[in-house]
Amino acid sequence: MIKGFVFALSALAGSAFAAGGPGVPLDSIDVDPRDKPSLQRGMSTFNQYCLGCHSMEFQRYERTATDLEIPAKLMEAHVVPAHHKIGDQQTIAMPSDAAAEWFGAPPPDLSLITRKRGNDWVYTYLKTFYTDPTRPLGVNNLVFEKVGMPHVLQPLQGEQRLVCTNAPVKENGVVQTDPLTGNPILADQCGVLEVVEGTGQLSAEEYDQVIYDLVNYMAYVAEPSRVSAERIGIYVLLFLFVFGIIGYLLKREYWKDIH
Amino acid sequence: MAGRETTATGVLGWIDQRLPIIDAWDKHIGKYYAPKNFNFWYFFGSLALLVLVNQIVTGIWLTMSYEPSAEGAFASVEYIMRDVEFGWLIRYMHSTGASAFFVVIYLHMLRGLMYGSYQKPRELIWLFGMAIYLALMAEACMGYLLPWGQMSYWGAQVIVSLFGAIPVVGADLAQWIRGDYLISGITLNRFFALHVIALPFVIAGLVFLHILALHEVGSNNPDGIDIKLNKDENGKPKDGIPFHPYYTVKDIVGVAVFLFVFSLVVFFFPEMGGYFLEYANFEPANPLKTPDHIAPVWYFTPFYAILRAITFPMFGLDAKFWGVVFMGAAIAMLFVLPWLDRSPVRSMRYKGWYSRIALILFCVSFVILGVLGVLPSTPGRTALAQACTAIYFAYFILMPWYTRMEKCKPVPERVTG
Repeated sequence: MIKGFVFALSALAGSAFAAGGPGVPLDSIDVDPRDKPSLQRGMSTFNQYCLGCHSMEFQRYERTATDLEIPAKLMEAHVVPAHHKIGDQQTIAMPSDAAAEWFGAPPPDLSLITRKRGNDWVYTYLKTFYTDPTRPLGVNNLVFEKVGMPHVLQPLQGEQRLVCTNAPVKENGVVQTDPLTGNPILADQCGVLEVVEGTGQLSAEEYDQVIYDLVNYMAYVAEPSRVSAERIGIYVLLFLFVFGIIGYLLKREYWKDIH
Repeated sequence: MAGRETTATGVLGWIDQRLPIIDAWDKHIGKYYAPKNFNFWYFFGSLALLVLVNQIVTGIWLTMSYEPSAEGAFASVEYIMRDVEFGWLIRYMHSTGASAFFVVIYLHMLRGLMYGSYQKPRELIWLFGMAIYLALMAEACMGYLLPWGQMSYWGAQVIVSLFGAIPVVGADLAQWIRGDYLISGITLNRFFALHVIALPFVIAGLVFLHILALHEVGSNNPDGIDIKLNKDENGKPKDGIPFHPYYTVKDIVGVAVFLFVFSLVVFFFPEMGGYFLEYANFEPANPLKTPDHIAPVWYFTPFYAILRAITFPMFGLDAKFWGVVFMGAAIAMLFVLPWLDRSPVRSMRYKGWYSRIALILFCVSFVILGVLGVLPSTPGRTALAQACTAIYFAYFILMPWYTRMEKCKPVPERVTG
């Protein structure tokens, strides 16, 4: 109680704010919950690489199958684990106590992670792992410093290093060019991510696509009602528009003799 | 049995002999004469009633699937969002409704400030209104704990700990409110009970009294003129029109516009950029992990900014205590408003420049405080918050002086439309 109380009082004085947000600019992603092939690929990636350690316990397999237009038979045969039924929630077998011991903290449930962190953050996070021998698992992350998660997608992306390189100078995200020659101005910059050639199965573009699909899928799971909300919402707004016009004409009719 | 006299026949007549429903309809709707010059600002009373009904109806449906326990609350909200038919709609209507309630209430109160609707003889209407506002703040604060997310938890922790700043009894009082040494499932259960039963009862009762008192003395209007002073030969106010059908049909237009904006948020932007649903609240409550940045929901932020603006001890009592005192006083000031305004006129249309500038400064400082309450504090922001707090209080404390000193314009006999 003392601890909580002291905390709350320090919040009153306005001193309880830790530095929030990552130091690096985030790559932006425009998710599309109507792109079913992308969502299906994302689900496949998630189930192969993530679902071993991270549950999505608020989402049921059946709901995903319905929304992503995957036939229930196919879903049961290829996606739902043997000990689960299609109506089950996507839980994991790894005990959370043991996970805490292995990784320092239990891997969080990812049902709502994009709503908590934002799509851009998750998208950037999955692309900015780099080799760091000082960390217990050999990797660190640009947007999540001292992350406890291994880079499970490394076989796809390849080994990424934080290097100093002769790269184009950017100001406000725009590449600066030499006014005389029109060539980009180059300068030595550190903290640039570079994939060691030949270590990954995918090219940079292919890897980006995999991560796009993955984040798209996670954003879908975070709010599976988004598509139907927008579909219904259009009709609601149309109805209210017409209702409002009729209401206004009715009002004008009643009020015409009030001066 | 000889019943009451009634003009109605049939079922209506049978009921009216036993319950004065026709009298009630006439008194409050059919023959309630309202000034004919209501403008845009007069939509927000009926809209507040609409949002109250929305909150009650969606709230009833939410309780059908919500589980008030520390173990099950968060998961049950996600169950509503995913597995309950149209649960997402019910939940978004309720969460958006909470913010909409405050939008509407703040505009409704501003209307009162502009047209002097709190002045004699409407002091009691204003007091009931302020009591509704206070109950609504408690209702919103307790409701915010129920999803049991990180912000629910830590927001409640901060708010309950405010009581702990009271000297001598504070710590025990805060513990008594929580029912535990920290916010726990016990707190969640009692907040649930207060949120779904006790406070809605109080609010509904106060709204009833608010409207009853209004209909006793009659509505004010943008000119601040008493329409009952000018009656025709039938005893009806010349500038008055029956609430029904004139204002019922007019309010339908207001309802349509309001619902359009409301639906835009519900269906397309339910998080409203993190202001209606805070991002950190999508993580379950964790008593061992303090979030990076704790900000109350937007409708509390002006008062939160006042609380944080007091950074210095006074009279041997520490800054935290005075922060709570100033925050409480900021709300208490509104209660005594009817007795601070000494102006001979009601409406801002006929008040002098002192009152107009005072109201503008007050609104601007209130909005700035609201913005500052969301942001982490820096020395510069704290200084700005202190200046705005000073303006906020000056608006009230200097009111008896500036409303008497200024030169008012002559008030017309009849409403100007």
